[in-house]
Amino acid sequence: MVNSSKKRLSIRELSEREFFYGHKACPGCGGSLAVRLALKVLGERSYAVVPAGCMSAVGFIFPQMGFACNAIISTFPGTASMLSGVAAGARALGLENVHAVGFAGDGGTADIGFQALSGAIDRHDKIIYICYDNEAYMNTGVQKSSLTPVGARTTTSPVGQRLRGAVTRKKPMFEIVAAHGIDYAATASVGYPMDFVRKVEHASRVDGTSYIHVFAPCPTGWGHETSETIAVAKDAVDCGLLYLAEYVDSRFFLNHDPGEFASVREYLLRQGRFRHLNEEEVLSVTVQRDAGWERIRREWKS
Amino acid sequence: MSSGSKTFISGNEAIAAGVSLARPHVIAAYPITPQTTVIERLAEMVADGILTAEYLHVESEHSALSACIGASAVGARTFTASSSQGLLYMVECMHYASGGRFPVVMMNANRSVALPWNIYGDQRDSLSLLDSGWIQAYAEDAQESLDLVIQAFAIAEHPDVLTPVMVNLDGFVLTHTYELVNVPDQVDVDAFLPPFQTTNRMDPDRPMSLGFTAGPQHNQAFKQLQHLAMLSSGRVIRETEERFGQLFGRNYPGLIEAFRCEDAEYVIVTLGSVAGTVRPVVERLRSMGERVGLIRIRYMRPFPGKEIRDALAGAKAVGVLEKDISFGYEGTVFTNVNSALTRAGVQLPRLLNFIGGLGGKDISVTDIEALFSRLKSTDEGETVTFI
Repeated sequence: MVNSSKKRLSIRELSEREFFYGHKACPGCGGSLAVRLALKVLGERSYAVVPAGCMSAVGFIFPQMGFACNAIISTFPGTASMLSGVAAGARALGLENVHAVGFAGDGGTADIGFQALSGAIDRHDKIIYICYDNEAYMNTGVQKSSLTPVGARTTTSPVGQRLRGAVTRKKPMFEIVAAHGIDYAATASVGYPMDFVRKVEHASRVDGTSYIHVFAPCPTGWGHETSETIAVAKDAVDCGLLYLAEYVDSRFFLNHDPGEFASVREYLLRQGRFRHLNEEEVLSVTVQRDAGWERIRREWKS
Repeated sequence: MSSGSKTFISGNEAIAAGVSLARPHVIAAYPITPQTTVIERLAEMVADGILTAEYLHVESEHSALSACIGASAVGARTFTASSSQGLLYMVECMHYASGGRFPVVMMNANRSVALPWNIYGDQRDSLSLLDSGWIQAYAEDAQESLDLVIQAFAIAEHPDVLTPVMVNLDGFVLTHTYELVNVPDQVDVDAFLPPFQTTNRMDPDRPMSLGFTAGPQHNQAFKQLQHLAMLSSGRVIRETEERFGQLFGRNYPGLIEAFRCEDAEYVIVTLGSVAGTVRPVVERLRSMGERVGLIRIRYMRPFPGKEIRDALAGAKAVGVLEKDISFGYEGTVFTNVNSALTRAGVQLPRLLNFIGGLGGKDISVTDIEALFSRLKSTDEGETVTFI
């Protein structure tokens, strides 16, 4: 259930306070930007639960802590279960106006942390789970996850004579969590920060489980300039490979229809991980995009 | 002194009763035989409003302990229970809980580990985890189970300890055996065990980072502190038992129970419910004038090396009987006992290791008598034998 009486946050209202700084993230890191923005919305009474992965590796190096709110590293599979414990503990102790918020990467969410996430959604635990999706295991040096897109070069899906990058398609995490009957789910991109911020703010008012899947480019792993993170994150939406959507009250909503798509070819070839793709492979990605959008436009409310 | 009430309950039900009296804030658990009746009784108490606690139906043991750690990290008192495969599934979180100094209390129903599959009791599950940083207690009967689990919270949460505690009950033999148990009154347990207070928590008014990374220059210092805390838990265990005895009239002997050991020449060292089989054999042999004794190890961590050395001062032969084997070497309890005696630098008694009860294999009175005969014989032979 969502309390919709509160009006939407505008950029002017976004807190000037910072809760994630002094960390060692790479220049141009999309994931750290997602964490920073989300905590600006959720504020000082947040419990950030961060599993093994980039954000914990860069944010918790004793004695230099990167979080100004309460924060804890969870086990790699345990983001959602630890969030559930934090929320249950806070409730039992009568702590009010607190947010249990998780920041896990794509591998920590769609692979090793998936079981615990599914369990937490099933219990409708009052937690906010934010997956920053940089489409591979970046902390360990760019290995393929189940959210690595088809064709992408990683160190475990290299481009060779026989195989040319990842051969599997991304798991549709947004629709998978929605299929649980989750209380609130959304996709977002750091390229559209106010859309992301609005969704975090919405999640903060949900009395149940929220899941936000935020697209977060990684210049180190993707092979683009560090100054291009926002442009790439925006481009992914504009070329239609990523959609901005919400799942509220058991219904799907499309937040943004680009209408005429930007070039998939340009989006892909600006990144080193896709630069090996030939015209046929680019066309295949485009055809899959179109099939996806045909269904989204037919079934989801705009 | 507390009067309590006498009830006829199983080992598992005694654990559930004790946990309820300890007023945990959060219980997270996943079912596994033979632990199940613990979490069933607790679920019933929560459903009936007898126990006010957040009861999380998690989807795995890993999540059970992960959730307990999360709850403990905000200052909540937490409990979980598991066994065998489930315990092994949560191992990552066991090291996590101890390293983060989160005083979670867990009951483990000792059960064999697959393969081959087997649901019956041996102690290979918990004994393989002696190095996970948890205090490990082993109960002999249902009353001790109840008392141990209440004491476990006081020990784990003690500021000098802040270390998780695992209370072990032999699967079925203890978990499912019904005995007359004195269940203390809530008011007395409240006096014994005040609400959990800790500074090692994420306070919304005083934010901090927990569960962090510590590099090569700091990591070992944290591990040394953890080791010192575990060592000091021996003192806290004895103090806790003393306080418990004063309030409830049931006195416990510390890390080991030495039974008829004062002048014993032939001693069996063991742990858990099988001590109940050894004890009458010792009594009978004593009545026949034989100088035999029993040491029941109550805590495997912290390890009662000194207590065992002292109790075995006059022994000629000692047999360590355990439901465990470290393949390719010997039983782990034996390794620990042997190390304690060697460190004492005293004249070593003859030391034998009896491995038994694996996968629930029965250990009878006749078996125990044969072990004492073996200790008294001077025949050479294998140090490690399966009974």
